[in-house]
Amino acid sequence: MTTLQNRINDAISEFSTLENIEDRYRLLITYGKNLPPMEVSLKTDDNLIRGCQSQVWLHATISPSQDKIILAGDSDAAITKGIAALLIKIYSESSPSEILNTKTDFIDKIGIKEHLSQNRSNGLAAMLKQIIFFAYSKKL
Amino acid sequence: MSTTSIKEYFPALNQKIRGKDFTYLDSAATTLKPRSVIEALTQYYTYDTANIHRGAHFLANKGTTAFEDTRDLVANFINAAHREEIIFTKGTTDSINLIAATFGERFINDGDEIILSTLEHHSNIIPWQLLSSRKKITIKYIPIDGNGDLILSEYRKLFTSKTKLVSITHVSNVLGTVNPIKELISFAHTQGVPILIDGAQSINHILIDVQELDCDFYAFSAHKMFGPNGVGVLYAKQTILEELPPYQGGGNMIDQVGEISSTYNKIPHKFEAGTPAIGEVIAFAEAIKFIKAIGQKQISKYDEDLLKYTITKLSPISGLKIIGNPAKRSGVVSFTLENVHSYDLGSILDMQGIAIRTGNHCAQQLMKCLNLTSIARASFTIYNTNSDIDRLADGIRKVKDFL
Ligand SMILES: Cc1ncc(COP(=O)(O)O)c(C=O)c1O
Repeated sequence: MTTLQNRINDAISEFSTLENIEDRYRLLITYGKNLPPMEVSLKTDDNLIRGCQSQVWLHATISPSQDKIILAGDSDAAITKGIAALLIKIYSESSPSEILNTKTDFIDKIGIKEHLSQNRSNGLAAMLKQIIFFAYSKKL
Repeated sequence: MSTTSIKEYFPALNQKIRGKDFTYLDSAATTLKPRSVIEALTQYYTYDTANIHRGAHFLANKGTTAFEDTRDLVANFINAAHREEIIFTKGTTDSINLIAATFGERFINDGDEIILSTLEHHSNIIPWQLLSSRKKITIKYIPIDGNGDLILSEYRKLFTSKTKLVSITHVSNVLGTVNPIKELISFAHTQGVPILIDGAQSINHILIDVQELDCDFYAFSAHKMFGPNGVGVLYAKQTILEELPPYQGGGNMIDQVGEISSTYNKIPHKFEAGTPAIGEVIAFAEAIKFIKAIGQKQISKYDEDLLKYTITKLSPISGLKIIGNPAKRSGVVSFTLENVHSYDLGSILDMQGIAIRTGNHCAQQLMKCLNLTSIARASFTIYNTNSDIDRLADGIRKVKDFL
């Protein structure tokens, strides 16, 4: 079982070999295409991330053993769905304290921040916040 | 001036974005700035910094003169009868809020009604909703037909003895519909109702003559006509302005200040409380001179040709649907691409150095009426050329392969 930090490192090395935004978008879109479909019943208003140009849902639950956060997500836009898929791949199955103790500065290192995160329209920051917020609520 | 030489006036166009030639097709959001405007701003902030309408030193006088000269230029630009009818605001939004606050305070009472349209930008909806949270007023909307034109017969039916104001956009920022404002204005006047025109999207494309139109208020933003941010204009007929209470209180708008109450300065200063965006207003003059140098009729003609070219270039793209088909269109073309979210469309065009607008365009009511949540919009002005449109069309074709 790889740890959260290992998965972050994997993502950094995968993205850092890509030279331009075009390839990064392609990879994100592929991530999105490989994301397991989200159950329609989870696409609720509660799970909808506000403020993005596209609709993006993120659903978090805690495993029965109470030690792992399980994430599911979807979006109607391909790039946004790719971002959701990347975050899910990285964070899902991590424990709340692992999430809270790991820095989020990998976003810079992946090289997508410049293109994506200043603009709230794609929901990257909002999704990340939601994950951390959920981890926090489960740790209390 | 030929268009190739016009591009030279805009330093922003002479840069690479993501290593690609920059194609700017988002002028309805804000236009780029010609060098003369940038230089005037730099001049003010480098050498001519001073407050105005007070103080007697050299630069204070110079600034006051330049600021007031801009007012004359604006008055002349829209053919206002008096320079005092030109109020500098922060932008279209601020101009509309000013009228909602002052006209709303003085002339609109519980039980009264105002008329807007389905085409309005949030800037011409929310100020009235805010007013309706202070007073019990009813807001009515003129509906649109399937082409995106206002239904005039419905407009006429909306008037009652309670109607106190019509506030309507000249050009839709989403569909580009040019509303027949002359008819809208004259009908409102037959009902004894004043009318405000939101000119944010028209000022850069259509020659405005407020006396010929006979509108009571006309609002627009400098930044959508090659000028700086933070400056807008409210034109209002002098007779009405004289009757309105002040908007904000502060310096410059008062005459005599007492402990309990004060008397107010004359118009337009009564509506210009506090230190305005001095350098920006002064630089705005250069934007107007720039437009005048090219000629407004030439600009209108050029924009119309470019719009036609855009529609002929975009229409054949498979899966592309142009939104709306108004009788008269100006400045913008909105579209959707089958099975492609407009956010992806915008991002993949951006990747190619092409800037367009995507999203709900601050017009959620219109979007709901069109049954859409997110669309792409290309908008253009005098510095765009057919080859920008060719790049857009090629860029859109690439989007499909990419996804
Ligand atoms: C039709 C219309 N009205 C009002 C506005 C608001 O202008 P500003 O943000 O400059 O106040 C816009 C801006 O996009 C617009 O398109």
